[in-house]
Amino acid sequence: MSLSSRPENVGLGVMLGLGLGAVALAAQWVKGPSALLVAVAMLAMAIGLIFTAFAGGLEARKSLAPYGLLKPGIIWLCLFFLAPLWSMVVMSLSSKTGRFDFFPDFTWNFENYRIALTKFRPQFIRSFSYAGIATLLTVVIGYPLAYFIAFRGGKYRNILLGLVVVPFFTSYLIRTLAWNNILADEGPVVSLINTLHLSGIFESLNIMQNGKLMNTPAAVIGGLTYNFLPFMVLPIYVSLEKIDVRLVDAAMDLYSSASQAFRKVVLPLSLPGLFAGGLLVFIPAAGDFVNAQFLGNPQTTMIGNSIQDQFLRQLNYPVASAMSFVLMIIITIIVLIYTKFMGTEDLA
Amino acid sequence: MSTAFSKRQKAGQRVVNIAAGAALLYLFIPIFVIVLFSFNEPKGKYNIKWQNFTLNNWAHPFVEKELTSALWVSLRIALIATIVSTILGTLIALSLSRYKFKASGAVNLFLILPLTAPEIVMGSSLATLFLNRSVDFGYVTIIIAHVMFQISFVAVTVRARIRGFDWTLEQAAQDLGATPSRAFWKVTFPLILPGIMAAALLSFALSVDDFIITFFNAGSLVTFPLQIFGASRVKISPQINVLASMLLFTSMALMAGAMVLTRRREHRHSSVARKKS
Repeated sequence: MSLSSRPENVGLGVMLGLGLGAVALAAQWVKGPSALLVAVAMLAMAIGLIFTAFAGGLEARKSLAPYGLLKPGIIWLCLFFLAPLWSMVVMSLSSKTGRFDFFPDFTWNFENYRIALTKFRPQFIRSFSYAGIATLLTVVIGYPLAYFIAFRGGKYRNILLGLVVVPFFTSYLIRTLAWNNILADEGPVVSLINTLHLSGIFESLNIMQNGKLMNTPAAVIGGLTYNFLPFMVLPIYVSLEKIDVRLVDAAMDLYSSASQAFRKVVLPLSLPGLFAGGLLVFIPAAGDFVNAQFLGNPQTTMIGNSIQDQFLRQLNYPVASAMSFVLMIIITIIVLIYTKFMGTEDLA
Repeated sequence: MSTAFSKRQKAGQRVVNIAAGAALLYLFIPIFVIVLFSFNEPKGKYNIKWQNFTLNNWAHPFVEKELTSALWVSLRIALIATIVSTILGTLIALSLSRYKFKASGAVNLFLILPLTAPEIVMGSSLATLFLNRSVDFGYVTIIIAHVMFQISFVAVTVRARIRGFDWTLEQAAQDLGATPSRAFWKVTFPLILPGIMAAALLSFALSVDDFIITFFNAGSLVTFPLQIFGASRVKISPQINVLASMLLFTSMALMAGAMVLTRRREHRHSSVARKKS
């Protein structure tokens, strides 16, 4: 009974065991009789856990409780988030025998990655540069708004924050389509630019192409910026709101100018929100294909468009999986670097 | 020095105010456009150019049969997925905020992963798993997918809302003779319910609006966003704008209602506190 004297270890062990078993079964690490063995082992663990809970009394149940509460959700995530990632890696190294081969065999086929990184290199580069520019633009647009709400919002703070999230309440696709109305060739923006004879400037900045705003890289980046702007405003607001205004007063009392006080006090203290916002904007923007589909042209396709096209239209699951995996690795590296310095607190 | 200094400072303040106003305007222009174009009478198949004002679309919001049935499909999926994910996510949040245990750091990191993974990766990899297993795509696969990405949202939101909750209240109830489960349902649960409801509403909205993950796991089933995506190549009817405006106004009303409720509750609490002192 040495185990039940440490019920917490039992709880942790069973959670890990069941999670691992779930991944093994769902991702088909084990097949046939050995799958049955894994299932039996999982059952045995569950029974052992129940036994420990009953034998150990109130104290044991208390230290088992947190793992008990976690288990259903964690196992769901193991089955439908972790296991699929494994399936994706296996698929990305498989080869198809024909277009309608729905079950490609695992063959260590690294050719898929070569295709992903050469044929689809422009899409990768476009994704990351569009997402990067959009992230910078959300900082430029979102920071003043967050600053205003945090320091000048007063009693209207909550209403203003509500206004920031209101656009979320309409469908994402419809919001994006609305930019179609705004930027259309005969729409208000283009005609305003033309009456003011500014199209030359916009053309030279590469925002307009051949007198059009729609179906340009600028339109795609604009759409990404618009759709993910609230993800930047909210984290910046949260970190600004925590700042003790007396710190700014202290800086001013010590003869700093307003801009020095901002640069040396407010800005550094808001950096956690800024970085969290950057991550929350960059990731969905890099993987998006809706904006490129609705607002772009065939020369502005992003990696999301290619993955979607290869997966759902060409039925080329291996290459699509290879592209997904590369995207996932790059994003994961960025997230890991972020969490190493900033922790996970500000993301939530 | 102070006059010149404060002049510059005022100018700076004005710049911030104007920039903030412009940003809010930027957020709202497409929303105005969506509502405005729900009153348009388009010529041809695309509701892109403003023609004539009409109330006809609002008088007949459900004439587009496919659009309406797609909306129902979405609402049904969202309801089931939200119930499941709210339960699973709340359990995780309770575990993380109430207990101190060894694996809590690792669990935290694990919860963040689905929030930071690109949707297209989650969608395509889950579809690969279903393909490998020859699972038929439809309601079940979409609900599984939605619950998967909602769990983390619910867990993180509920945990944030119950941070700082006074767990000794539950202890007090037990000291007064309540069983642990009675103490939970009578004391803790009512107090954390607003946080759970907020998380449920948020994840309901996420489910109704999800496009990318659903796109990969829907098979031939058509949800509201999928219908809009499919239709956008052929025909954009003003009914799309009418239904979108309805969703917008409903959720704005819900949010305003929730705000008023919390304010009233806080008001009541503070007046009770004042009476006591």
